[in-house]
Parts: sequence; structure tokens; C-alpha cells
Amino acid sequence: MVFNSDIWQITLLSLQVSSSATAISLLIGLPVGTWLALGNFRARSFILSIINTGMALPPVVVGLVVAMMLWRSGPLGDFNLIYTPAAIVIAQTIIAAPVVTGLTAAALQALDPRLRQQLLGLGASNLQMIWMLWREARLPLLAALMAGFGSVISEVGASMMVGGNIQGQTRVLTTAIVLETDKGEFNVALGLSALLLVITYLITLALTWIQQRSAKR
Amino acid sequence: MTAMIEIRDLVVQRGGLEALQINALDIPRGETLAVVGPNGAGKSTLLLVLAKLIRPACGQIHFNGRPFSKLNELEYRRKISFVFQDPLLLDMSVEENIALGLKFRGLTKDDARVRVNQWMKQLGIESLAKRRAGQISGGEARRISLARAFVLEPELLLLDEPFSALDPPTRANLLNDLSALLARDHRTAIFVTHNLNEAAKLSQQIAIIIKGKLMQVGPAQQIKTKPINEDAAAFFKEWID
Repeated sequence: MVFNSDIWQITLLSLQVSSSATAISLLIGLPVGTWLALGNFRARSFILSIINTGMALPPVVVGLVVAMMLWRSGPLGDFNLIYTPAAIVIAQTIIAAPVVTGLTAAALQALDPRLRQQLLGLGASNLQMIWMLWREARLPLLAALMAGFGSVISEVGASMMVGGNIQGQTRVLTTAIVLETDKGEFNVALGLSALLLVITYLITLALTWIQQRSAKR
Repeated sequence: MTAMIEIRDLVVQRGGLEALQINALDIPRGETLAVVGPNGAGKSTLLLVLAKLIRPACGQIHFNGRPFSKLNELEYRRKISFVFQDPLLLDMSVEENIALGLKFRGLTKDDARVRVNQWMKQLGIESLAKRRAGQISGGEARRISLARAFVLEPELLLLDEPFSALDPPTRANLLNDLSALLARDHRTAIFVTHNLNEAAKLSQQIAIIIKGKLMQVGPAQQIKTKPINEDAAAFFKEWID
């Protein structure tokens, strides 16, 4: 049975883990997606196809691979990360990063390609040019951020496999819902589900508000 | 008069094909050169090369006597200004669009505002200052695009068909304004156009590019009466008629 104090701890951990994974995905996805969108090299289409496939990565498969890597006998076992929140962050980053990267590349490729030349023609440095392109594509980039967060806050397979659903340590909302359902505590499972939905809605609402505010500016 | 730009034996390739070949072309300081020719002749390619946005396959270009290859790209681009065929305004206010190049050059907001206001007034668009770029007409957008280039007070102005797709009265008004601004400031400019009358009105020299080759350069009257070959004569036939 989940108690009130547990609910707050589980909710807080869910938010911490998924926000961290989304933030790391943004740090990876924004530059890599920009490189893929603006670069002119032979392997670009191939890499984009891999990234786009990565957008549909099954969380349980990611969980399996990350668990094997972090397992005590695995190649990264010495770091003792298995069944820790950090392990969940790693797995969720692997799930969200392709989403953010792929949508970033698509957002920048949708801009008029001559805009880049126009900015350089006005004396922009490469960094200034990229910043202005991000600014110009801010609405789809915020959508990429929302999609990245949505993909990890709602996943259960990876969190379960690498976190182990340990009470007070690695239990997050989705794994708690699975546990309560297994125990036949449907009311608790439904309550936790409602809480997850409300949190997801509030965060998405905040991002949508920022997105629409910048659309009007 | 010394040449600001000297081009010798230039060859530009695009997509593996030769897009432009110029044996010799000088652009004197303070003058406007109009580049005319049919669609796909290589006129815009010349501007892209001169903006250091594409690299030539071979040949030499000198800017103020210095070899092009030795110039720092960013430093050089901050001495020029490029007006594209489409205004390509960013999703921000008109005054922010005009201030963009100044912002890239690190001007303070106050200094930029003074110069932006001055050029909005010169081009008759001060009433649009706070409007979003998406809320203006085609003619206004061209004026903003010109203001955005002129506000930088560039040494060299590259204009790629800045009046295309405009109605005749708007086009004539803009042409008059641009002609007056270029004459007043003695600014060096290269103006790509299809319209031979516009070319004659704006420039001291006209260069004819046909099928990727520079055919002839000279004052309007000279190339009008003495086209160098049949291709040039055919291109000018309508004008001469």
C-alpha cells in the first residue's frame, strides 16, 4: 500500500528523474539536431534515419540494454549505478534524446534554407546564425521539448528494469502504478494514474503557454 | 578610379557543373554595376561568391587590393551587405529586423535605435516600426529589406533582384528611392536584375552574363548600340526595339 508521504516522494522522484533526462536530452539533441539539419555531408540521411528510428525505441528494450551495461558484471558495473535514480536518468535520456534530436532537425529543416545565407550576408557569425535559426524555429523546438518530456514521464519499462522499483529509492509514479495493479489495489493505481496525468498536463500546459506567448510576440 | 573589386579568371562550379566564368571584371569604388542576363545565367551566383557564401573553383578576386582568399570571412562579411530576391524577414518587429545586422556587429541598443530610426525615415517606413514582419505587404517588406542593408552602411552592397514580384508603381517608387540613395552616398553596389531599363537607371556600368559567361561590360548606351555578339544582341533585342 502506498501512503501519503510515499506519494510525495514518488512524485518528486518522477519529476526529478524525467526533468533531468529531458534537460540532458535537450543538451544533446539541440546541437546534434542542428548539425544534422545544417550540415552537408554524405552520411546525413543515414544518420537521420537512425535518429528517426530511435524516436520509436521501445523503453523496455532500452531498459534491458542499459541494465546489461550497468549490471555488476557489465562493462559499466564498476560505477554501481544499477537500481539507482541515475540509472533511470540514463535510460530515459536514451529514450528522449532521439525524440528531441529528430524533431530539432525537422524544425530547422522546415525553415527557408536561404535564411541561413541571409543571416550570414548580414554579418552573423556561425553561432549568431544558429541562435537566430533556433529563435525562428522556437515553436517547433518547444514542441520537441514537450515530446521529449512526454516520452519519459510516461514510460515504465526502462524505469522498472534499471531502477528496480525499490521503495523510497527508485520507485517512480509509473512503476508504482504497475506495482499497485499487480497487488489488486486498483483504487490506488487509479489515483496514482490521475496524479501522473495531472502533473503531465500541468507541465505541458506551462510549456504550451510559453510556446503560444512567443508565437504572439 | 580604383577598383574595389577585381575579378580575374574566375570559374564557379555548382553541382559539378560550371555555373559562372568571368575572365576579367572590375567594379570601381563608388559605382553601381548592374548585372543582367536571362534566368539561370549565373548572376546570383556572382553575388553569392562576392558574399563569400560559396567558394569559386579557381580564379582570383581582390577586395580593396587584398586577395579574397586572405580575408577573414566574418570580417569581410561585416563590410558588405546582401539584399536577397525575397526579403526573408525574421519573425520579429520591423525595427528589430532592421537592427539585426547592427546587433550582430555588437552595437548598443541605443546606437542601433538611432541608425534604425534614421533609415526607416529615409525609406518611409517609420510608421511600421512596431509591426510584426508577418503583418506587412510585399512592397513594405522590400523597403525593410533595403533599410536592413543600408543601415549597416556597407562598403559594398549586393542587391539580388530586390524588386522582383512587385507591382509596377511600387517598383518604380522603390527604384527612385534606391537610385537617389546610391547616388547620394556614392556607395559601391552590384545590382542583379532582369529589367534593362532599371539597370540603365541605377548603374554606371552594365555587365551581361549569358549561359554562365560574362559577355560584355560597359555603359548602357555602349552595350545597347554595340552588343559584342549574337547572344548579347538577342538578349538586348527587345530593349533596342
